[in-house]
Amino acid sequence: MQSQIFSAPTVPTKGAISIRDVTKIYDPDGAQVMAVDHCSMEIAPGEVCMIVGPSGCGKTTLLNAIAGFHSITEGEILLDGVPLCGPKHPLASQASDRIVVFQNGALFPWKTLAENVAYGPMVQRRWPKAECIERARAALKEAGLGNVADKYPGEVSSGMARRAEIVRALINEPKVLLLDEPYRAMDALTKQIMHEALLEMYDRTKVTIYFITHDLEEAIFLGDKVYVMTTRPCRVKKVIDIDLPRPRDYTTLTSEAFRLLVKEADEAVHEEALKAFQAGEREMA
Amino acid sequence: MSVIAHDVYAGDRTPARRQQPTGFGMALHRAKKGLRSPTPYLMVFGIAVWLFAYWLLCEGLSLPRFEKIPGPVTILSDWISANPQQGTSIYTPDYYQHIYVSCRRILIAFVLATALGVPLGLLMGWSAKVKDYTFPLFETLRPIPIMAWVPLAILMFAGYETPVIFLATLASFFATTLNTMLGVQSIDESYFRAAGCLGSRKRDVFWHVVVPGAMPFIFTGLQISIGVAWFSLVAAEMVSGDFGLGYLILSSYVNSVTVPMVIGMLTLGFVGWFSSAIVRFVGNRLMQWHVKALAMQGR
Repeated sequence: MQSQIFSAPTVPTKGAISIRDVTKIYDPDGAQVMAVDHCSMEIAPGEVCMIVGPSGCGKTTLLNAIAGFHSITEGEILLDGVPLCGPKHPLASQASDRIVVFQNGALFPWKTLAENVAYGPMVQRRWPKAECIERARAALKEAGLGNVADKYPGEVSSGMARRAEIVRALINEPKVLLLDEPYRAMDALTKQIMHEALLEMYDRTKVTIYFITHDLEEAIFLGDKVYVMTTRPCRVKKVIDIDLPRPRDYTTLTSEAFRLLVKEADEAVHEEALKAFQAGEREMA
Repeated sequence: MSVIAHDVYAGDRTPARRQQPTGFGMALHRAKKGLRSPTPYLMVFGIAVWLFAYWLLCEGLSLPRFEKIPGPVTILSDWISANPQQGTSIYTPDYYQHIYVSCRRILIAFVLATALGVPLGLLMGWSAKVKDYTFPLFETLRPIPIMAWVPLAILMFAGYETPVIFLATLASFFATTLNTMLGVQSIDESYFRAAGCLGSRKRDVFWHVVVPGAMPFIFTGLQISIGVAWFSLVAAEMVSGDFGLGYLILSSYVNSVTVPMVIGMLTLGFVGWFSSAIVRFVGNRLMQWHVKALAMQGR
């Protein structure tokens, strides 16, 4: 089915993120907490990049740096070759080419789902206001949320709200979608439905995805690459290429290849989790 | 083919829910439901018990120290009498004049305080700079009791009307401003971040995040502020005034007519309750999202 709202080139060309030697130290004049230590990553356009690591390891710090919520101390981050932040401008500007989907959800509770989705295009003046709302409705309908378009976020299930939030991001045609453990609080069954829906939206848009999670199976099921991070300070410990064929569905979860990948990742993650546990880090993320 | 098409959450194909009753049907449904719950009976019973205790103290037993206080029977018979013994009832035009004057003062004070307090509170909550400029002074003036402003108000403003309105406005202004500021500060950081990601300019953040996000706190503040306005209005009317419910209460006391005094008090209670209810009603109308979210949580 060819999407009316989201369309993408067959080979994605936009949305390459280069993280080069990035270091982040919180409170440089005082406690000097090193969150990220000379971390480098190259994320290709349209890649689904899953970041796995122990709690409080600094995965969210990197996301915040890309999105422009926090500055970095050293190194630089580039989007399609253009520096977002670096030595001269430690704080990236916030813009709709990189949109975040938040851990606890950040749909505006005072706007209906349709108004929420229309918000981005409206403030960017992409289309006249009426058209923004119309397109928002169409996009929600396409994501299976047509009937709740006029409900407030407080009236729908968390799964619907989270999906609407992804629609709200994608309608702006971002280059990068940044997800910070969006399905953390969901039960396993809902999660699976959310995963399939996300994959479908991804197949339509081929947007670059930076996805933080604790859940290894989630990471391998969704990702092209899984980055296993060390405990704080955060570095890349291991990169696992996920060569499972797309499109993937729930049958992928029981395949032998999937199980082997989980095992491989599990060993790397377990070691870091143990280190983090022994260091007695308070859960931060 | 589409994964989402057979999604259990998809609302598109669920059959229409049972039709919600609207308008009169809804009111009837609520009334029926209300009468089945113990709430109305307990309320009536509670009022009856307190009234009986009051009657017993003042009229039934006439205990010492209570014999000077008019009991419920005396008050009610005077209140609804066409020829009240102590001069004030629902048939005397003066009674309505007092209510009207007080209500008009409250309305002016409340509108002024809201028009000044809400924008100031929004700016104080939103901009650290504005807060730095204003907060120390604000916090110094806020704890000064309204009664302490009375001499200054009389010196500053001429006549009866303006000092009284000034005092009510002042009290109401502090409550509104503080609550509005706290409301902005209570907005979750992620809404600001989301707005930033989606390409908002500062102006958009203000109108689409700051204002609606602070709204629940603002209306809580307005309910407090209208209560405070009544409080300080009556205090001011007692000191300086020619009309108004506060004036009625004090002048009745001075003239040793106790029944109009209590009538004035009870009237204040009802009018104050009514004014708060209006503010609540407007708030709920403006914040359907809030009301519905609370309803989903069973509140």
